[in-house]
Amino acid sequence: MKDLFQLARHSVAGLLTLLLFTAVLGLGYPLAVTGIAAVSMPWRANGSLVTAEGDHTTNPSDAVGSQIIGQAADGTLFLPRPSAAGEGWDPLSSYGSNLGPDNEDLVATIKQRKAEIAQREGVDPADVPADAVTASASGLDPDISPAYAALQVPRVARANGLSEKRVRGLVADHIDGRTLGVLGEPRVNVLMLNVAVRDAARLG
Amino acid sequence: MSATTAAVLQIVTLVAALALTVGPLGRWLAHTYTSPRHWAVERGAYRLLRLDPDADQHWRTYLISVLGFSMASVLLLFAFGRLQQHLPLSLGFPALPSDGAWNTAVSFTTNTNWQWYSGEAATGHLFQMSGLAVQNFVSAAVGMAVAAAFARALARSGAGGRVGNFWADLVRGVVRVLLPISFVAALLLVLMGAVQNLDAPHAITTLTGQVQHVTGGPVASQEAIKELGTNGGGFYNANSSHPFENPTPLSNLLEIYLLLLISFAMAWAFGIIVRSRRQGAAIMSVMGVLWLTGVALLTWSELAGPGLAPAAAGGAMEGKETRFGEAASALFAASTTATSTGAVNSMHDSLTAPGGGVAMFNMMLGEIAPGGVGSGLYGMLMLAIVTVFLCGLMVGRTPEYLGKKIGQPEIVLVAFYVLTTPALVLAGIAIGISFEDGLAGLQESGPHGLSEALYAVTSASNNNGSAFAGLTAGTPFWNVLLGVCMLFGRFLPMVFVLALAGRFAAQQKLPESAGTLPTHRPLFVTLLSGVALVVVGLTFVPVLTLGPIVESLA
Repeated sequence: MKDLFQLARHSVAGLLTLLLFTAVLGLGYPLAVTGIAAVSMPWRANGSLVTAEGDHTTNPSDAVGSQIIGQAADGTLFLPRPSAAGEGWDPLSSYGSNLGPDNEDLVATIKQRKAEIAQREGVDPADVPADAVTASASGLDPDISPAYAALQVPRVARANGLSEKRVRGLVADHIDGRTLGVLGEPRVNVLMLNVAVRDAARLG
Repeated sequence: MSATTAAVLQIVTLVAALALTVGPLGRWLAHTYTSPRHWAVERGAYRLLRLDPDADQHWRTYLISVLGFSMASVLLLFAFGRLQQHLPLSLGFPALPSDGAWNTAVSFTTNTNWQWYSGEAATGHLFQMSGLAVQNFVSAAVGMAVAAAFARALARSGAGGRVGNFWADLVRGVVRVLLPISFVAALLLVLMGAVQNLDAPHAITTLTGQVQHVTGGPVASQEAIKELGTNGGGFYNANSSHPFENPTPLSNLLEIYLLLLISFAMAWAFGIIVRSRRQGAAIMSVMGVLWLTGVALLTWSELAGPGLAPAAAGGAMEGKETRFGEAASALFAASTTATSTGAVNSMHDSLTAPGGGVAMFNMMLGEIAPGGVGSGLYGMLMLAIVTVFLCGLMVGRTPEYLGKKIGQPEIVLVAFYVLTTPALVLAGIAIGISFEDGLAGLQESGPHGLSEALYAVTSASNNNGSAFAGLTAGTPFWNVLLGVCMLFGRFLPMVFVLALAGRFAAQQKLPESAGTLPTHRPLFVTLLSGVALVVVGLTFVPVLTLGPIVESLA
């Protein structure tokens, strides 16, 4: 009984402490970070938005997307990985498929994707890389592997009236290697590459 | 450079960053939890709250403070979730359902951060930053406080069961450690690309003329403490695989570093508090060996890519991000489950069968290598006591640890501690698969279906929070079951730890004799690692056999 009374007393002390913490950690801290970020790194803090010309912007109505959020493309452009976010590329529903490593449906889907991509790009199914046929973790993966980008060069060049050499050069310009040589994996940002393709096609 | 070489060097980079900083932070932590001086800002808080930070609490009072504070946390967070639609920045989201609000309130108070909901589709900005993120700070500080009390108790002699002051430990952990590091880390994350604003989603017309909603939110500030405090609750559903939470390979390394940092540093601080750095170094070595073993196995498994889907695709990239690839995903997965973090940068349900098994095994170890902030240290020290006890039995001497006698009452408390989470996991999985409501949540059939349920109860009981997310956990059945697992999995062990701390603080310190088992030598490091593996092995092998092991052999 004495312990219960003491517990109630400490809960009240706890609640008051928590309210003070809520003011400091729940408002002061995030708002201070928001304020500093808004002044010193506004482009990053607002989602790394880019315009159709690839310029940085913080105005969503000028933007064609976020540099670091993947988006759907069409057959004239470089295509991203499969996405399990909502109906595809929906940031309101970020997620992976969560299908297990031996899931039969997943295996069938992967084989089907492989066949489709091989046909679309006119290559052997064995040459289609893993990232092209697997859904990413977030469903918003902004990147593809350099191998998957290379595979798509002939189709994109044809569709935009550009030489393959030109498009291959654009891909090379957009390959990010491993950070510091060892972190993560080499990759190509699909949106920025597509912006460059559109640019090149427009300027001829 | 080959993928394997890069993977190894990536691990080396992380280890080097930790090695350089764990010492200084450990010293700072030891000072934080032993210094008699208060900072001015802390004194102001104590005056405002009418707390006496200098009262040397008996372990029972300390425990009641822990439980009282945590009870207030659960209630406030529950109310917050149920009322979020009336608060600013709710983004139009309705109240959480009552079973969901209970689950989330318990989840964040217990440092678990299991999430049945999808952040961008259920929670407003205010609930996230002023409800959930506040618990990210204070639940971490509670774990660190209990570990500090235990370490101080081991250093004391004849102190009549007094272990220190909970309120001072709580406030100092937040003010002196968690807040400053989080602040710097949050700004670094913004610099790398994490978002930080209070905006609702913006509709954007994409390059090919479709509409995409780009989300906002105070993400970076939450991301920093989510990793640093080994919490793991994602601002978004995709957690640390979301580019707005974890934009680059460098931010990925920073996040892994943060989630390991304090747990390793606590072991170093322990050595300083008990006035024998070698003891801290021994504990840290065991943590390091077990953690690196898990990292190596998981990395090997993901790079090798066994299983039908990875074989069909040509690599284990389902549920992984291109910028991280297999290696940086494996490093994250092994670290998040070896601590009590549970943040994920890849979907664990899609890990290879052996990889998912390693993640599960890491949690079953009790998250001691290096474990949650604070909880990792006291969990490892419990096993250290089991080890000296077993060695004592072998040579027929009364076992002792750091000059404290391990008699019958002490070992009973340790036994209760060691049995708590396995009992919760095994009872939980039995209940989970015995009811239609439980089975209804499984996405997969066969062994991987069992693995999904096993992963969930293991994650909840050990306060990890990661998931094999094919499991549909947002049902009243799973919300209540996992809520109970989280609650008992956090606070029952704390009861035993503090009771033991009280007994140790009351004992006189025995002088070392020729018969004392040295607990700082490589032999002890080996024995303790072995005990950790054997205790878990014996408890969980049967159920692991039915899940990940049979999957791996299939």
